[in-house]
Amino acid sequence: MSAPGTIAWFARHECRLSWREFMSFISAGRRRRVRGVVIGSTLFIAFMHLAAWPLLAPYAAIAGEPSKLTLVTVTGTALLSWSLMLSQAIESVTRVFYVRSDLDLILSSPVVARRLFAVRIGAMTLGIGIMGLALSAPVIDVLALIGGWRWLAAYGVVAAMAMAAVALAVPLTIALFRLIGPKRARFVSQIVAAVIGASFVIGLQVGAILSYGTLSRFAFLRSERMVALAPDVASPFWAPARAILGGTGALAAVLAFSLALLAASILCFAGRFGEYTIAASAVARNAAQQRRLTSFRPAAPHHVLRRKEWALLRRDPWLMSQTLMQLLYLLPPALLLWKSHGDATGIEGVLTPVLIMSAGQLAGALAWLAISGEDAPDLIATAPVTARQVLVAKIDSVLGATGIVFGPFVLAFALISPWAALISAIGIVVAAAASTEIQLAFRLQAKRSHFRRRHTSSRIATFAEAFSSIGWAATGAFIVLGSWVALLPLFQAVVVLVGVALYGPARKAAA
Amino acid sequence: MSQIQPLFALQIKGLEKRFARPAVDGLDLSVRIGEFYALLGPNGAGKTTTLRMVSGLLKPDAGSISIFGIDALKDPIAAKRIMAWLSEEPMIYDKLTPLEYLEFIAGLWGVDAAEGEARARELIGWLGLEPHANERCEGFSKGMRQKVALAGALVHEPKLIILDEPLTGLDAAAARQVKTVLRERVHAGGTVIMTTHILEVAERMADRIGVIAEGKLIAEGTLDDLRRQAGQGESLEETFLTLVAQGAAAQ
Repeated sequence: MSAPGTIAWFARHECRLSWREFMSFISAGRRRRVRGVVIGSTLFIAFMHLAAWPLLAPYAAIAGEPSKLTLVTVTGTALLSWSLMLSQAIESVTRVFYVRSDLDLILSSPVVARRLFAVRIGAMTLGIGIMGLALSAPVIDVLALIGGWRWLAAYGVVAAMAMAAVALAVPLTIALFRLIGPKRARFVSQIVAAVIGASFVIGLQVGAILSYGTLSRFAFLRSERMVALAPDVASPFWAPARAILGGTGALAAVLAFSLALLAASILCFAGRFGEYTIAASAVARNAAQQRRLTSFRPAAPHHVLRRKEWALLRRDPWLMSQTLMQLLYLLPPALLLWKSHGDATGIEGVLTPVLIMSAGQLAGALAWLAISGEDAPDLIATAPVTARQVLVAKIDSVLGATGIVFGPFVLAFALISPWAALISAIGIVVAAAASTEIQLAFRLQAKRSHFRRRHTSSRIATFAEAFSSIGWAATGAFIVLGSWVALLPLFQAVVVLVGVALYGPARKAAA
Repeated sequence: MSQIQPLFALQIKGLEKRFARPAVDGLDLSVRIGEFYALLGPNGAGKTTTLRMVSGLLKPDAGSISIFGIDALKDPIAAKRIMAWLSEEPMIYDKLTPLEYLEFIAGLWGVDAAEGEARARELIGWLGLEPHANERCEGFSKGMRQKVALAGALVHEPKLIILDEPLTGLDAAAARQVKTVLRERVHAGGTVIMTTHILEVAERMADRIGVIAEGKLIAEGTLDDLRRQAGQGESLEETFLTLVAQGAAAQ
């Protein structure tokens, strides 16, 4: 048994809390669900392994001294994952600053808070590492099964990437905190996290568009120009790539370097976390000033409800960063539109699904907040309006906001390909409506402030939303290309919707 | 043809609600127009469940609820139009300012914009919220949040205000302001029904007091009536405890 207040004691405390949170996350309060989740996850993992097999088979046989092209491709792919890990790490560090939870209790106790924060930085690394390992497992396992056990070294690189991501995220977030102050740091760091998460993919796509007129990031990554610009094969820059390819010496070096980086980060910054969390808590008590309301605007109750939803969506910092992320992902298609100079040949099949998919995802995020999030449910329930009026106002605000974001893209698209733009517009409306319907089926009443993260939403809802959006996007793409294959994804999207309508918890509750 | 004026602001007959056990069990209750009525009872007695059914937040299993002569179960929208509900936990939006919140409520209840604005500004001044009128509510203390919620309950000038433990967690100054506003409301002809655990508030403010236990009304009347009924006790606290004990023994 470790002595109270020590690092080991805090680690035990954090492990217990994390384990219980994890169990309640997967069981949603029902023990019987755990077995279902385990079986479902096993099937999903098996499916992912099978899906990865044909894609990775050609690469598994890479052996001997890797070429520069191989090193560039492997490094590029790893950087792609690392940018997402860094994004997630920044979000996690920000959360430590601003989420109160048990911090008031611990900071007011006579223990050394530095130890707690050292443990929390470690826990963040563990969390991000586990997530990275889980996502990369199908890729690594398949490569190892086909190409030999040396590929398992990639697991070590994923762990090292998680350590490096957190080691960098801590000073980055603290710098942001000091630079712009605790009042704005939360919002800005969410945006920075979103930009970092998207920037590498977008950068590669923009490069590919400007060089080759395509959205394929691998075309750019594997281009002669890119390979020529990269450092020499003997450079230590390629150590992670060499480690992924099975180099044990490179793996040891990468692990040691990342561990040293993380240790330095903990030693330098864990002690300051306490003062930043205190500063952040003071901000929470300072109310944001709004533009002065000059006079009340006359409006019917349903307009008033819609106006309220719009104001709340606009003022939601999490939603703003999510929307920004969607907009960032739309930058490459926008650039592709601009580059095509009125000639749409060949890009309709790319732009249409990107627009439909993004619209479905954005509408899902908006619908989740607007439909399930209600800070004053009793007030609305005691107001002289019908439940239908309230719901219609919420749906209106979701579809309206989606229209505002995607309208300009569709209009610009219409100038070069009216047919594809029409299909895109219909697809956007249908995908957004489908995502809204899914969120309606899975709605649960909660305060907006309790929606800490997107995955507070039902996991089934999140998957249903993704499959629905992919289905509508593929349908749109095949219609634009004039292929009957459009019927297959259309069937998939309809099946998802029908399944949700029949078996969604909201419907069951109503029944 | 002239309409018959209702005698009661609220009339409940045979109201029932069952969860795992009966929460409200054949309750009959009448509150006169222009009355300040306090509903008392031990924890789990069914006070909040009763008021939530009156406000349209819960569906009763049986019984009837009439608000100023309107059948609240048959025409809930008409009933809601003339009443307001204020709970212990203030129902406000963190991301709206008090003025925006009042504009929203005025719009929901269909109050004319100019009229609603005049009332909102008056209430904001009255409750001492003027310096914060254009700040988002997210940084407000519990007392300030409750004042904003109270302003929301009053901005559409309801005939009946139902309050569930509105003074819990408020400091002395804020509690006094809320009590003053409610008193003013009753003087102006409004009807107030309030549950509270602070017996002194019921003692000082209420015209009549109802004591509820195990979902039934076990005693009702003025403070003197209740004292007579209990047969002993100087303070309301003693009277209340005796009545609850008698009620439990009778059941």
